[in-house]
Amino acid sequence: MAEPPKSFQADDLPAAVIGSSGRRKLPLVWIIPIVAALIGGYLAVKAILEKGPTATITFVTAEGIEAGKTKILYRNVEIGQVNDVGVSEDEKRVIATVEFKKSATKFLVKDTRFWVVRPRVGAGGVSGLGTLFSGAYLGVDLGKSTEPQHAFTGLEAPPIVTADSPGRQFILHSAEGIGSLEVGSPIYFRHIEVGRIAAFVLDPDGNGVKLWVVVFSPYERYVTPNTRFWNASGVDMTVNADGLRVHTESVASIIAGGIAFEDPPDATQAAPAEADTKFDLAVDRVQAMKRPDNQVMNFVMYFDGSLRGLSPGAPIDFNGLTVGEVKQINLEYDPTTKRLLFPVSVEVYPDRLRARQRKGAPPIETPGVAGHFLDNLVAQGYRAQLRSGNILTGQLYIAFDRFPNAPKATVNRSTTPVEIPTTPGTLQELTGAVTQIAAKIEKLPLEELTTDAHQAMQTLNSTLASVDQLVKKIDGEVTPEVQTVLQDAHRTLETAGRTLQSDSPTLIDLRQAMSELTRAAEAVRVLAEMLDKQPESLIRGKKGDQP
Amino acid sequence: MSGPWLTAAEAGCLVCHTCDLVVRPAGVAAEEACCPRCGTPLHLRKENSIVRTWALLIAAVILYIPANVLPVMNTTTIFGTEADTILSGVVYLWTSGGQPLALLVFFASIMVPLLKMLALTVLLVSVQRRSTWDPPQRARLYRLVEFVGRWSMLDIYVVTLMAALVQIGSLASIRPGYGAVAFGSVVVLTMFSAMSFDPRFIWDPMRAKNG
Repeated sequence: MAEPPKSFQADDLPAAVIGSSGRRKLPLVWIIPIVAALIGGYLAVKAILEKGPTATITFVTAEGIEAGKTKILYRNVEIGQVNDVGVSEDEKRVIATVEFKKSATKFLVKDTRFWVVRPRVGAGGVSGLGTLFSGAYLGVDLGKSTEPQHAFTGLEAPPIVTADSPGRQFILHSAEGIGSLEVGSPIYFRHIEVGRIAAFVLDPDGNGVKLWVVVFSPYERYVTPNTRFWNASGVDMTVNADGLRVHTESVASIIAGGIAFEDPPDATQAAPAEADTKFDLAVDRVQAMKRPDNQVMNFVMYFDGSLRGLSPGAPIDFNGLTVGEVKQINLEYDPTTKRLLFPVSVEVYPDRLRARQRKGAPPIETPGVAGHFLDNLVAQGYRAQLRSGNILTGQLYIAFDRFPNAPKATVNRSTTPVEIPTTPGTLQELTGAVTQIAAKIEKLPLEELTTDAHQAMQTLNSTLASVDQLVKKIDGEVTPEVQTVLQDAHRTLETAGRTLQSDSPTLIDLRQAMSELTRAAEAVRVLAEMLDKQPESLIRGKKGDQP
Repeated sequence: MSGPWLTAAEAGCLVCHTCDLVVRPAGVAAEEACCPRCGTPLHLRKENSIVRTWALLIAAVILYIPANVLPVMNTTTIFGTEADTILSGVVYLWTSGGQPLALLVFFASIMVPLLKMLALTVLLVSVQRRSTWDPPQRARLYRLVEFVGRWSMLDIYVVTLMAALVQIGSLASIRPGYGAVAFGSVVVLTMFSAMSFDPRFIWDPMRAKNG
């Protein structure tokens, strides 16, 4: 220990005094960490208590989704946040891990749907404009299920029907295509927008499109099992006896497309259709209002001659009723006859006939009955024939009509589908006749005929010359003699005329003689009468003479 | 250690912190000694220095967690509300191109408090274990801790300034978050903790060793 400096005397220093300030055993300073611990503990407990469930949602793309930033909004109230965005194991989708608030636990049920709200411009209008600046967020539609779920597949587009927009879903099937329709396109009922297209998908076989449409409350009750749906896109123009008629649902539907529905006018009142009822989507209103062709019978027809002008869709006319249409025209090679054949496949809708059938008869579409019916018709002379439907465009249609003079034929049931006998068309017949005439004309030896005619003409010419000479000869030699003969005759006639004149003495003599003769004849008649009355007068004289 | 160094304690002296009067303990119990001139309680070393430092340090450590987890700034604009923690602010600065600024904020707001708390822990532990390991270095460390403490308030200044300036109604407004309170508390507590630490403890074991 070092010595203190010499100059320093500890004892010189003033002594400390006993203070009055009380000193605590436990320093007050420990309150600070305790308070800090309390605050920290409170925050920790609060955080743990408030920590809601997490769930994963997969999307095709994470466009607009940011970990730690993108929120999940339900009616614009935040119920969660995306914590992490990753790629799925198969690298085909992205997985967003979402942490929900505790109060949002009820959202994690099986049929809850999530989608990314981004700015969208579609048929249904513009939506999500606010997200242009604020960034995308996840929309949510609360499911009705009670089964909890923590892994979801996100929708790529906002759903049309959400829990807060009640409606009924129906399934439409279009055999043609959907034109300009898209998800969100409106559904019209009497020109009022009552629903939306929720989704569509191509049939697995690619032969049509299946559409899910939603008709919002309270309009869903107008959809009955009889209802017909048709594509109301664009403008529907019809020309009839009343003139030109333009029909459209709304200006928007001209551009964006839409679907309209209505009950056919003759439909009976029916209960509203169940959800997920299937309907056919017709191309236009006229098609929709046609009788549904539930049953289809397929036939094939072989026509001789050109099929130009016959296209799929051409009608089959049965005494003025359209009972079917041409489906396709094929090419077929017959190896036995080494001929090319053109089978025309047609569809016939027996329902259209049934509607006009007499009551009591078995429905013609029942197997056997239909065949019998067809056999009968063919036996009566009914044949299929190509006819010109439109002279300007040359469109053909198939007429099933009666030809009593047609050669006998039967329905060929060996082929599939059944073959219906045909007869050449009127145009074909005409063409055939003209061709025959032309062939005959072609066979004529026109050149020889011309030479012959030429010779004949020359002969005729010489003949005429000789006739001319003959005439001249007659003129020169015969005529003078004839003249003298005629003069003699003239003279004779003149004499005769003089003799017969009224004042000629011969005629006067003749008249006197005639009157004498008349008087004589009268006397004889009187005598004859007297003799008839008084035959005795011959002996006794006249009676009148007696007194 | 060399040289005939004498501490006041060894010389049997006390210095009043208030009026600098040098006093003899003179048999009075150390806890009760007061300055005869101004009446300030006297003590050889800062009173309860170790305990106080520990207490404040622990409080700072506890609050350091919410300070970094909770948002320090809530920015509300017409496009939504955004809550930023210190770290998210640093990340934002870094990704948006302000790397130097990001480094500064990261250093001032995250590293400094952390280092301060670590340094204080090291000092306290070494003092309590009466370690004789390189006292000048530890003294330098202590001085550094005292000096650097105020710089940690950078974030708080930014938040308070922004909160005061950006109040444009519904268009945009900035409110300080609970994280700012916790963070400010951390800074203040570490400063207090450093103040309550008596660096003379660093040297005390040296005397015993030398003696």
